[in-house]
Amino acid sequence: MPEARTISAEKPFSLKAFFLQWEWMLLTVFILIQIVNSQLSPYYLDAENLVYTTTTFLDKAFIVLPMVFVIIMGEIDISVGSTVALSAVLMGMSNKAGLPMSLAMCVCLLVGLACGMFNGLILTRFKELAPMIVTLSTMIIYRGIALILLEDRAVGKFPSWFKEFGYGYLGPIPYMLAIFAAFAVLFGLLLHKTSFGRQVYAIGSNRTASLFSGVPVDRIRFIVYALIGLMSGVTAIFLTAKMGSTRPNVAQGYELDVIAMTVLGGVSTAGGKGRMIGAVVSVFTVGYLRFGLGLRNVPAENLLIVIGVLLIVAVMLPNIRTMIEGRLAKAENRRRAR
Amino acid sequence: MTFGDSPAAKAEAGETLLTKVGKFREVGLFAFIVLVMLFTQWKNRNFFTFENFDDLLANASILGILALGMMLVIVTRGIDLSIGANLALSGMIAALTVAEYRGLNPVFALLFGTVIGIACGAVVGLIVSYCGVLPIIASLGMMYVYRGLTYIVSGRRWVSASQMPDAFKDFATTRLFDIRVYIFIAAAFYLVFYYFTNHTRTGRRIYAVGSSPESAAISGLSAKRITWLVYVIMGGLSGFCGVLWVAKFASAQGDTASGYEMNVIAACVLGGVGINGGSGKVGGVLLGTLLLGALNNALPMINMSVFWQNAIQGAVILVAIIVNTLVKRNVDRTNLMRRPI
Repeated sequence: MPEARTISAEKPFSLKAFFLQWEWMLLTVFILIQIVNSQLSPYYLDAENLVYTTTTFLDKAFIVLPMVFVIIMGEIDISVGSTVALSAVLMGMSNKAGLPMSLAMCVCLLVGLACGMFNGLILTRFKELAPMIVTLSTMIIYRGIALILLEDRAVGKFPSWFKEFGYGYLGPIPYMLAIFAAFAVLFGLLLHKTSFGRQVYAIGSNRTASLFSGVPVDRIRFIVYALIGLMSGVTAIFLTAKMGSTRPNVAQGYELDVIAMTVLGGVSTAGGKGRMIGAVVSVFTVGYLRFGLGLRNVPAENLLIVIGVLLIVAVMLPNIRTMIEGRLAKAENRRRAR
Repeated sequence: MTFGDSPAAKAEAGETLLTKVGKFREVGLFAFIVLVMLFTQWKNRNFFTFENFDDLLANASILGILALGMMLVIVTRGIDLSIGANLALSGMIAALTVAEYRGLNPVFALLFGTVIGIACGAVVGLIVSYCGVLPIIASLGMMYVYRGLTYIVSGRRWVSASQMPDAFKDFATTRLFDIRVYIFIAAAFYLVFYYFTNHTRTGRRIYAVGSSPESAAISGLSAKRITWLVYVIMGGLSGFCGVLWVAKFASAQGDTASGYEMNVIAACVLGGVGINGGSGKVGGVLLGTLLLGALNNALPMINMSVFWQNAIQGAVILVAIIVNTLVKRNVDRTNLMRRPI
């Protein structure tokens, strides 16, 4: 009786390949940063301080989670910064108009969701349009609406319990970190353990093929854009709680920071590749890097340069590796031919 | 495009139809611009005056020059987000130079800024073409780098009007035949680019690489070199515009032109430059720039609050790309019906 052949999608486990993964490199960088930071200040390496530091950078990290989905699909959303601004402004205004704060927060989330759904609607109705262009125009529109609503004023005077979202603690852990961890697990499961997640990968690898194999491409794209809008609303809540007031020009340039963090996390802008854990590690790596440079009194400008170079190197490294491997394989072939 | 493989007759029929749509698009855009202008004139009698048009065009000139370079980048299926930062860096270095050597001729400052811009663009181009990094990531990374460098070279200070020599500031308000010199500069760039994209070998090669990099490579074009060239041109234009910008506003700051790249991309998209590469015309870009310029100029004139400008601009862009898609779909459908069976 011939032995049944088993075909498995899983590659054989190899220790070398396991440790050559992008996430490990990121983790190494992360640990290096921690070591350097602890050399800079004797008070740095202290659990309480490390945990507190997360509140300085976690607000925009909520958008990184759905951005992983968008970029894995091979698309991009640059309207998120404006979505944050619009939902924050509407939250502030509805609170000022007499709505209780909890309802105002719902308004904030709904506005974010609506912004994302609008992007998704246009992108699925007009499939020919590039996501970059559509979200570019909605980026200008959302910020524009926020400007119309609030002009150059700011709204604030939120109840004190709301500010707890920014700096409050749940036991030893800040609310922001706890909620981010919960969301990260949720999004990680959604991406890696559900058919929805597999379909997102399928769309990113080959959209036509996945359409022909019955993946509801439009529905999934719509849901992903709605999700990123919703999470922009979440960011708006935390950002506003941290700042205590809000203006139409908050969160400017967030879209690029978020994309940079996602790409640093090993998510390929060509689509179909990347993991949630990488993006999460990258959020913390960039966050602590920023904080550490602040400890050294390195001005924010130098940080821009560091992040820019890191971003390009991160994307270039795998390319260089394939290039070298290709060269080696060619040499090997030539040797064999001889 | 001469890359079609269909029989001559069919190609001809297709081409006339395509050119018709192309013309329709531009005519539509032009009609819209005229409509905006007429509406403004109806609300405010001062719109159709020589001074106002001088203002409008001079204000749109920098946007227009940058949009030309961005058109070439988008034609090769790329995008360059670093131009705002590149503009700021070149402008800042040029401003620091004229503040130091006050006797320097403004033309030298322009050349100097252009050289710096070319160097910045060349780096982006190298990363895109020879290292295989996607344009959006490469230019995003370099955007951070150039913005950081701008703050570093200036030591986080501004170069204010009082530090700049008068010759440099006066350059921006120089008039030739009563028309501001910026308009002539922009017009010259449009003529050169029209000739370059339509009548030179390199110009056609850019379109060839953009419409199909594989076929271009098979036909013996070095796609890498063309891609690199496009970013170098874009960088040079950003550097040049950096000096124009600094002279015009008489101040150089760390956050000069922050986010301006989006306006430039918007002008290209409005002008019908296809983000999928291979298509885009100098005339279209001119109209796209004029529309944005006219909107910027008209909204304050009809007492529209300055806070409405963003939303209106965004809505115009969104409507324009959607209408364009609908028209294109319609044409594709007619083409399909006409196809001989």
